[in-house]
Amino acid sequence: MTFLQTTMRKSIRTTDSEWFRLRLSVVMTLVTAAFVVLFLRLFYLQVLEGEEFRRLSENNCVRLLTIQPQRGFVFDRNGALLVDNRPSFNLSIIPKDAKPVESVIDILSRYLNVPAEELMAKVRNIKGTSSFRPVLLKQDIGRDALALIEAHKYELPGISVDVQPRRYYLHRQSAAHLIGYLSEINSSELKGGKYPEYKPGDFVGKFGIEREFEKYIKGKRGGRQVEVNAAGQVVRVLENINSEPGNNIYLTIDQRLQSKAEELLKDKAGAVVAMEPSSGQILAMASSPAFDPNEFVCGLTHDEWKDLISQPARPMGNKAVKGEYPPASTYKIVTAIAALEEKVIDVNTSFYCPGYIKHGNREFRCWKKGGHGSVNVVRALAESCDVFFYNVGQRLDIDKLAWYAKSCGLGAPTGIGLEQESEGLIPSAIWKKKRFGSPWSSGETLSAVIGQGYNLVTPVQMLVLTSAIANGGKRVKPYVMKRIETPGGQNILNGETEIVGNLPVSQSTLNIVKKGLWEVVNTDYGTARIARPGGGIEISGKTGTAQIIGRRGNETSYERKLPDHFKPHAWFVSYAPSSDPKIAISVIIEHGEHGSSAAGPIARELVKCYLNPEAVVDDNGPDTKVVSDAVNDEY
Amino acid sequence: MIDRRLVQNFDWGLIGITLAISLLGIMTLYSAVTAGKSIPNEAIYLKQIVWYCIGFGAMICSFLFNYKALDRWAIAIYCLIVFLLLLVPFLGKYAGGSKRWLMVGPVSFQPSEFAKLAVIIILARYYSRAASSKGLSFRDLFAPFLLSITPFILIVLQPDLGTAMMIFLIAASISLFVKIERKAFIYLMSGGAVTIPLVWFFLKDYQKQRILTFLNPGHDPLGAGYHIIQSKIAIGSGMISGKGFLKGTQSALSFLPEQHTDFIFSVFAEEWGFIGSLVLLLLLFMLVVWGLKITYGCRDTFGTVLSFGITAMLSWEVIVNIGMAMGLMPVVGVTLPFISYGGSSIVATMISIGILLNISMRRFLFE
Repeated sequence: MTFLQTTMRKSIRTTDSEWFRLRLSVVMTLVTAAFVVLFLRLFYLQVLEGEEFRRLSENNCVRLLTIQPQRGFVFDRNGALLVDNRPSFNLSIIPKDAKPVESVIDILSRYLNVPAEELMAKVRNIKGTSSFRPVLLKQDIGRDALALIEAHKYELPGISVDVQPRRYYLHRQSAAHLIGYLSEINSSELKGGKYPEYKPGDFVGKFGIEREFEKYIKGKRGGRQVEVNAAGQVVRVLENINSEPGNNIYLTIDQRLQSKAEELLKDKAGAVVAMEPSSGQILAMASSPAFDPNEFVCGLTHDEWKDLISQPARPMGNKAVKGEYPPASTYKIVTAIAALEEKVIDVNTSFYCPGYIKHGNREFRCWKKGGHGSVNVVRALAESCDVFFYNVGQRLDIDKLAWYAKSCGLGAPTGIGLEQESEGLIPSAIWKKKRFGSPWSSGETLSAVIGQGYNLVTPVQMLVLTSAIANGGKRVKPYVMKRIETPGGQNILNGETEIVGNLPVSQSTLNIVKKGLWEVVNTDYGTARIARPGGGIEISGKTGTAQIIGRRGNETSYERKLPDHFKPHAWFVSYAPSSDPKIAISVIIEHGEHGSSAAGPIARELVKCYLNPEAVVDDNGPDTKVVSDAVNDEY
Repeated sequence: MIDRRLVQNFDWGLIGITLAISLLGIMTLYSAVTAGKSIPNEAIYLKQIVWYCIGFGAMICSFLFNYKALDRWAIAIYCLIVFLLLLVPFLGKYAGGSKRWLMVGPVSFQPSEFAKLAVIIILARYYSRAASSKGLSFRDLFAPFLLSITPFILIVLQPDLGTAMMIFLIAASISLFVKIERKAFIYLMSGGAVTIPLVWFFLKDYQKQRILTFLNPGHDPLGAGYHIIQSKIAIGSGMISGKGFLKGTQSALSFLPEQHTDFIFSVFAEEWGFIGSLVLLLLLFMLVVWGLKITYGCRDTFGTVLSFGITAMLSWEVIVNIGMAMGLMPVVGVTLPFISYGGSSIVATMISIGILLNISMRRFLFE
């Protein structure tokens, strides 16, 4: 039995072995074939092409050149070009080919008007990496220097001038905060791992659209392997890969409106943001003072940069999304909503305003010394009566108010998708306990209901709230990118309307608030009569005057002569036309004193510009090449 | 007690080929780390000599016992290696963008190099029981699939695409060699057609870049494409007789990336030219043929599959590494056995040769 088993097992093994042996001959053939391929390749490289490769190796003459891609263009909503690229002549040196480096640098320093040490430092900096790699000496050398260098090419071995596209912001300061800028990538960004494909000397979007949409508009770098002669001049191109241009981006802004807003903000500090209330498309976003992004592309010196960031008016900050201000009377919209929804008041509830109210042992004053008399909520909004809202505040819990404010989108970023967006601040009892360790006092509620005290909002948050009132209660997310398309014109990304929530209001409450806002502009007692555009267009809005220092004693800010930087900020939030809103605008003028006089006219002019472009004389020169038909298409 | 027949049957030819290749390897490495360098990195070269000594010791240990014992130890060896691979992400040393090394005192070693051998041994054990003349059914292939995919995934995660790919190629070669049923084979092929796009999805950008660069070398002339052209220039410029020992200029100027590991063949070919490269290629070819000869002479299934697996590993490494240096394959990190710098690679290769010697000298022994 055992014997039988053994024999059987042996026989299986033998067949297995036979089988394996058959397969082994197949394997042998395959392996031989693979080695023959290796042999043939070796023969090709070393015998057939050997001489060519020997030549390439002896001169060490293969150089690598980068072809920078054309960055995507930026257009406004109507297709007007905002950001272009222009050619820039960049001067590089290959240290190995420039012999002797010192004398070449010496000549160059004369042509370029740059100290020789500065140029030498760049060459030395690169030591440690290969001396065959070109070192960038100076970008954008200008045509005069270029002509000189080209003419003396033969005295300058190892020097190369290549043309690279360079960013050019057509309208300079216009929409600078929105578009942003790009500048040379720095070493911490290179090491940070966020930009794996970038190399020293590459440009990268640092701010605004240029930064947010970097990956879409940057394009793809190309390269060239070239053979150079002993002087480093290109003899032959071995391999050439063209760069691919980046995608073009269309913004939601209307450059004509944008320029108008900037013109109106001239010599003031503040911000203007406008959007389409139904869609959330930002139509204009201006922050003043601004900066010229072209200067960043050329490279700022350390001093220039320090100067920019230390100016008190903060030209580098986008005040529309980053600026946090007390909302002042514009906040009465929120208070009115909370009071009506909480049934603290109804449309008929009236309070008498003698010009002040006593709360505890303190007196809270109305902005109007003589008082407003007996007013209801609509009239209180129209006249911006503080006392009416103090009365509401005495009946409203701060946490309830905070909940309404947050439900209106305040105290949180709007999600506009621009960096550095601020949250603002909506105080509550818990917040105060955490922040200061002391309990909330009822007097603070009275400051809060008129938008003073701890409250802080950004212009874009107020814009979203105003739009929501205008569009029937929908909080839309503001956005700035309308679409991105390939250089060939194919759409790859569309900005889309996103409703992030609803205002916590019933239709009747909304109607009451809307009526109040309409009366602000369109009645004889409204605070913003000055903002009437005429021409059959009606605006609704709310003014605000944000105190920086508290009112003292009996006086109001009218009566005091304050130094400029203590003057209150001026707010005006509005939408138009009142019956069928096409545009909502939020304006803040820092230290502008009165919402009505400083901010109101700006909104008025913008509404005129946007809704009735024919009537406005275009005084912006050739900058705004807007076809009016295109504007008309928008509504 | 050493049987006299063992001495009589000792495979001196294989030892001879191994020694010859190792000698060329040491010379090339010496050149790669010293030629044209202002500060020669002799430590690398001296370390490598120490590794060769350790490797020869390991080789001798690998033929002293009867290789059939490996059949019994297979599971233990496999588990140990998988355990070490599991340790790598936690205790491993991070270098050059990946975690591949474990430290044992002052010595670092790469478990993935030994994982190739462990997979060969465990598959040999499995197939020596499962193989039949009908071929392997789909169900038979399930266990080997799991056994190979485990180290494969662990190595991909390090990430070390080159070594992981080797494991795949070795496991596939062995399985095909053992014979797969026609039906199962068709299933596998169609399965592969579905999986490959998925794998592509999981590759790191730089890995995709390398494959794309290989498929179209013009794709990125500044990055990976640069390595290929520099390697080709180095090899090609060696011409027929080479530039001579220590006379290589491409390698001297550090144009070549990874010149003492992945691109060591370029250094050799530049200095020794077509004639030298041909000798090296022939020696490597002889090594592979010798391995197949041992497989042919082996009488038991375990030994047959084991020796075939080792030979397959060596041939794939040679073909992929040299093919890569000459621009025939994508740039993946695969070492050239005996020649590339790296202790783990040397020791693992030497152990493989030891096992081949073991199988070869015991081919006439029957139980």
